[in-house]
Amino acid sequence: MFRSKTKVLQLAVTLLACAFLLVPTILSVMAGLTVNYFKGISSGLTLKWVYQVWELYSESIFLSIWLALACLIVTLIIGLPAAYGLARHPGWLSRMLEEFISLPLAVPGLALALALLQLYGTLKGFRASWTFILVGHVLYTLPFMVRSILAVLAAMDLKTLEEGAATLGASPWQRFRDIVVPNAMPGILAGALTVVTLSLGEFNLTWMLHTPYLKTLPVGLADSYASMRLEIASAYTLIFFIIIVPLLMAMQWASARAQRIAK
Amino acid sequence: MSKRNFVLACLTPLLVFSVAFLALPLVRLFLASGEGDAGWAVYLDILRKPRYINTLVLTVLVSLATTFAALVVSTTAGMFLLRNQFRGRGILLSVLTLPLAFPGVVIGFLIILLGGRQGLVNQLTPGHVVFAYSVVGLFLGYLYFSIPRVLLTVMAAAEKLDPALEEAARTMGASPFRVVMDVIIPGLMPALIASGAIAFATAMGAFGTAFTLATDIDVIPMVIYTEFTLSANIAIAAALSIVLGLVTWVLLLIARTFSGTTVAAGG
Repeated sequence: MFRSKTKVLQLAVTLLACAFLLVPTILSVMAGLTVNYFKGISSGLTLKWVYQVWELYSESIFLSIWLALACLIVTLIIGLPAAYGLARHPGWLSRMLEEFISLPLAVPGLALALALLQLYGTLKGFRASWTFILVGHVLYTLPFMVRSILAVLAAMDLKTLEEGAATLGASPWQRFRDIVVPNAMPGILAGALTVVTLSLGEFNLTWMLHTPYLKTLPVGLADSYASMRLEIASAYTLIFFIIIVPLLMAMQWASARAQRIAK
Repeated sequence: MSKRNFVLACLTPLLVFSVAFLALPLVRLFLASGEGDAGWAVYLDILRKPRYINTLVLTVLVSLATTFAALVVSTTAGMFLLRNQFRGRGILLSVLTLPLAFPGVVIGFLIILLGGRQGLVNQLTPGHVVFAYSVVGLFLGYLYFSIPRVLLTVMAAAEKLDPALEEAARTMGASPFRVVMDVIIPGLMPALIASGAIAFATAMGAFGTAFTLATDIDVIPMVIYTEFTLSANIAIAAALSIVLGLVTWVLLLIARTFSGTTVAAGG
């Protein structure tokens, strides 16, 4: 009897938490699709607001997709060899380096953006270009890429595999291409999905680094929350959900898979 | 190319990038904090001037409340979902982890839909109930952000707890309350400390949520933002950023020593 009472209480807390997270999300989807949110759903359903968002903000959406892909390419070019280097050279120096590049996970994006602005804000050509935002996104997502690949590499016997290949005459580059990259694939996939998901949603750094001509999707969201009617803000949020939720689910699946392999 | 040189070449892009865009900017930020009228005494000003000290206290209090609430809610829900198998369990779990990818600004907007002027609560209640732009709204926004993160950390740790221990305690006559206090909480302690530190650090540094909700509330990220953009008081903005960055970094270092996980801060 007493046990079931505790269970009921636990269930109540769980359901309440679910409602707290889910209800506003549903409200936002509904508001984006109703003719007049204040009058309620009885005023009818419409895609008018979604079209309006597309007209107003499609440039922001494309800029964000472009940035996310560019960010993915840069984090791969920097992160994949770096993870290999760190895996082949475990030691205090590698740990320090890993710790250092992970700083952007802990230090708020606002502080990092201020630091970048202090040093590079006067380089007008760089400051005003999309590459300035890209630097911020790479800074924030790179540790996820490196750690994701490193976890997979650290779990396998890289040294023996490579020595075997070396005795057969494979050069360091061939070993990297034919042994390391294929084996690291689950980590690369998980890292790549994480990088794209985080880059698409990044706001804290981007808000400080962006210029009026370069608004990303989340910057546009903040803009619509401040200055547009509720229906448009909601329709925009709906578009964001449609992009981000499948990515998040893919990311969780890939990360769980990479973790299983790393064990 | 020898093996050693090849490994070094592999690390070069990372070294170049992190020196140019992380190390040097942070050094510049630190130097900028001492370049104001007050010089290095700017760090004393933070502790002396009522405006900044009040901001610090408020930020810490809201973050503490968030941490406590997130721990209670997420541990209860996490243990329940782990110990019981029922239909719909998977759905509840997805609902609780989905907001992981929502940026702080979006969460701020969701809170406005709950507690703003056109919000659900204001429509359902007879009085004029608007809480989105108050400390309560900010607290709920941070809580929304923290629940999924704490839940994942606690559930990962709880999977390793032995249910036989709880069973044993129960057969020996322990009340459910005593089981929680004497068996479950001590077993989960490292995960609770880790996820609590993550929740606290995230709330301290949350900019997106505060940006949408805290138009009239002084929390550290908002003060940094307004000092920098409106007052052009770069020294104090830089000093507050350094202090905030150090606090969140140390907290997450603690989190990582207690559990191996890394969850992104930000927000």
